[in-house]
Amino acid sequence: MRITCPHCGERDHREFYYKGHALALERPSPDAGEAAWDDYVHQRENPAGVTRDLWYHEGGCGAWVVVSRNTLTHEVLGTQAASEARA
Amino acid sequence: MGNLVAKSPCKGLLPLSVGAMSASEVETGAMTMLSPRKGQDGALDEAMRAVHGLGYPAPSGVESAGEARAIWFGHSSVLLVGAEPGQRLEEHGVLVDQSDAWAVVRLDGPGAEDVLARLVPVDVRLCAFPVGSTARSKIGHMSGSVTRVGEASFWLMVFRSMAETLVHDLKSAMEAVAARG
Repeated sequence: MRITCPHCGERDHREFYYKGHALALERPSPDAGEAAWDDYVHQRENPAGVTRDLWYHEGGCGAWVVVSRNTLTHEVLGTQAASEARA
Repeated sequence: MGNLVAKSPCKGLLPLSVGAMSASEVETGAMTMLSPRKGQDGALDEAMRAVHGLGYPAPSGVESAGEARAIWFGHSSVLLVGAEPGQRLEEHGVLVDQSDAWAVVRLDGPGAEDVLARLVPVDVRLCAFPVGSTARSKIGHMSGSVTRVGEASFWLMVFRSMAETLVHDLKSAMEAVAARG
């Protein structure tokens, strides 16, 4: 599997650390209520298809990268710096 | 207390020659990590140009002026090597002295690319990685920095504590390449 880092270009996946669904970018506000926070902390999708993950380029430039990929085909559809994805 | 004698990271490990290749330690002088303050990328670049005569390098790039080099060192990070940073840089960036933190090894010789092909998961052939290119990547199992400083010369950098592992891995790879003739 190859992941295109927005800074470094296409790199081997061994340089990356996998965090999970790109949920941290949608952190609810402190007063969003228990339901929203319960969902944020505990509930996870397990999609058969396109998903968005956070990967950390720990063996490279140190950037967090949002990777869109397909869990059925293993195809990587696109990447974006987390700092930009959030902005 | 007796006088403490500074010891370089690769003291007693290098230099090393295998076939036509050699590895030697680089005494770089001061090393400072620069990170622009929020929204100050351009201002830090200008300050670097004014003080050191080199700009903030683009990703995977190196800027040099005389002995001083600015090596792109990752997300929002540049390593200024071979020059004490001017005070003016502090206005626009965060500066961290890392002079004793990195082991810097220079690899020279016609088989240098083949040696790195065994250690670094990045294409470092001249066509893909010309002089003045740099990459943050893995060197063996270590996170490090690879910079091409000449057509057959590279700088390899890892954390100082990993100097012995770097030299060991490098020596094994150099011997394997040399054995192929």
